[in-house]
Amino acid sequence: MTAAPADSIASDRPAPLVSKVGMALFIGTEAMFFAGLISAYLVFRVGNPNWPPAGQPRLPVESTAFNTLILLLSAAFCHRAVSTLRAGLARSSAYWLGLTAVFGLFFLVLQGREWIRLVQFGLTLTSSVYGGLFYTLIGVHGLHVLAGTALVLYVLKRSVEGRYSAAYPLGVELARMYWNFVVALWPGLYFLVYLL
Amino acid sequence: MTNDPHGPQKFIWKYILSTDHKMIAKQYLLTGLVMALVGAFTAYLMRWQLGYPNTNAPGWGLVTPDKFNMLVTMHGTIMVFFVGMPLLVAALSNFVIPLQIGARDMAFPRLNMLSYWIFVLSCVALLASFFVPGGAPAGGWTGYPPLSASEQYTGVHWGMVLWITALALEFASFTMGGINYLATFMCLRVPGMTYFRVPMATWFLIGASLAFFFSVGPLIAGAVMLLLDNVAGTGFYIPAQGGEPLLWQHLFWFFGHPEVYVIFLPAVGCVLEILPVFSRKPIFGYRAIVWSMGAALALSYIVWAHHMFISGMNPRLATPFSITTILISVPFAVIIFCMLASLRQGSIRLDTPMLWGLGFLATFLIGGLTGIFLGSASADIYLHDTYFVVAHFHYTFFPSVFFGGFAGIYFWYPKLFGRRYNETLGKIHFWMTFIFFNATFWPIFRVGAGGMLRRIADPTQYRILDQFKEMNSMISVAAFILILGQVPFVWNFFWSMFRGPAADANPWRAGTLEWLAPSPPPHGNWGPGLPTVYVGPYEYSRPDMADDFVPQYRPVGVLGGPAGQA
Repeated sequence: MTAAPADSIASDRPAPLVSKVGMALFIGTEAMFFAGLISAYLVFRVGNPNWPPAGQPRLPVESTAFNTLILLLSAAFCHRAVSTLRAGLARSSAYWLGLTAVFGLFFLVLQGREWIRLVQFGLTLTSSVYGGLFYTLIGVHGLHVLAGTALVLYVLKRSVEGRYSAAYPLGVELARMYWNFVVALWPGLYFLVYLL
Repeated sequence: MTNDPHGPQKFIWKYILSTDHKMIAKQYLLTGLVMALVGAFTAYLMRWQLGYPNTNAPGWGLVTPDKFNMLVTMHGTIMVFFVGMPLLVAALSNFVIPLQIGARDMAFPRLNMLSYWIFVLSCVALLASFFVPGGAPAGGWTGYPPLSASEQYTGVHWGMVLWITALALEFASFTMGGINYLATFMCLRVPGMTYFRVPMATWFLIGASLAFFFSVGPLIAGAVMLLLDNVAGTGFYIPAQGGEPLLWQHLFWFFGHPEVYVIFLPAVGCVLEILPVFSRKPIFGYRAIVWSMGAALALSYIVWAHHMFISGMNPRLATPFSITTILISVPFAVIIFCMLASLRQGSIRLDTPMLWGLGFLATFLIGGLTGIFLGSASADIYLHDTYFVVAHFHYTFFPSVFFGGFAGIYFWYPKLFGRRYNETLGKIHFWMTFIFFNATFWPIFRVGAGGMLRRIADPTQYRILDQFKEMNSMISVAAFILILGQVPFVWNFFWSMFRGPAADANPWRAGTLEWLAPSPPPHGNWGPGLPTVYVGPYEYSRPDMADDFVPQYRPVGVLGGPAGQA
């Protein structure tokens, strides 16, 4: 039996570059997935002169604008989590991660509250194609926020366990890549669905 | 086991939950071959019904119209997504990419294992649809709504939900796979393995992954909406509820046309890998081929509506899509001519992999040329939805999946299993397949041009088709022999795996890196040190060398000459 070679694959720390390439590729498919949904939305939007259709409630533009701000702030916190970690401040990085997750969850709760009101006003998945598109597109984004929050919480747990340092910030950086994607989608979706 | 850094492994870790890219390749290979048997059985039943209408098919019984619809749907779904994809994309990528670029394994080995098991789950979900109330999906393999969006048209509900679930799981699996192949390719090439020293098979497998990667998202978006139509009562695709059935066709074919290349490109890669080895010549126009593949990939995203000329979309769209479709034949023509030029004046050896490679060239050419008829909107209006289309895409898919696939399987068989297959059986397999593939599908062009529509369950109901009665029976007989012709392969595959003569590391005297590793390569592939690459992959018959080939791992740069520029 020979000794394990220096370039052995049996390393428990994945190489930073390859992991980031993997995450970037994954985000690429996700972006194409949203491109598909958005083009479907545009097909109906452009094909229907009356939008939203008569008898369907209007969307909460103002409260969602506030929510957009919340999400953008969470992205800024996530950036702080990476920059403090790179500066060697692992503990304060964990705080910023926690704040990111809290703001992500707040976004979801506020969205949920608005959804309940919309359902009460008669906008449901089956009330019209308009309703179906709204809940599908915004709901799928909501699921991505949920997944991103879960990822941030997972990284937070590992951060508290002391697994990240200025020399090895990979997990936090990967979480930020995904969180950036999820946040960057939102203003576009908000403009498309709520304002256009 | 001597080179295995992990020592002897328990059965479950070695064969079931392995993270070794070579074992995962074998798992995909076997799963794909098993699914091919199921697909062949559905073909047998359909051909029986078309050749001998309304008689009992031996081993099954009467193929009723509703069953025929299910068979048509499942045959297409299985052969494209559950045979072509695992064999050509997953099995080949897993086996070939790390070995050819000198990696020890995939970039993310555990993700790789996960992707295989999700694929198994998706196979189970698809096959389960045969056994649920209402039976298998019956809306065609393209799943066009409203047939696929509402139970009232086909009487199938659970089958359709399972179909969407199976596709969703499969695409999740292949997305994980694609991340692995691309990240491995970008980050784990050994020193000296520059992008233009990468062997053809790896380039084309990477091309296939790229085609899949950036087209699958919109299809998943479409599938989410189709699933909601089926289970949540939305009406995205149902006109009565304000929906838009054509939307699905656009989303499906935006994925569907790159998907053709997902299956076609690996086959081209295998053949390009085989041609230089068996004609002892460098590949002609390496860079032209790589750039052509890139051009074809880019164009493949803007040709999709040529599948929809008679769908009722705006007819003004037909002309631009006709033009892009004709354009895309240019890069492929470049590749085919490079293949032919690679053969010219070579010392050609007709071993089994080479036979399959040449068979691919001959048959795919017919598929490609008939595509020109269908790509022109005006001709397509007459030919659309006839058996002409069926013959055309079988002349593209069958050569890709089976001629290209078998070329690859026979070529890498010694490396996969460490043993040689039986050459005579391999040649019998080739000639049986080549002759009876053409005997089956060539007449189908004639039947289609004569007006026989695809997906009809009973041709005796149409008087214009009476003239094709004998021809349909003949096609069916040829198809049955084609299926029987695979028996030598199955025997050869399993018998040689255990009883074949042992293969040495480089039985074909080929120059790419995988032939440096022992056959079969141990876990980790390369022993203590990684190889280094000095020359291009196809340095055959160099005038300045006594040996007739220079492997990539042999340093000859000081001699100058073509190697320095490769």
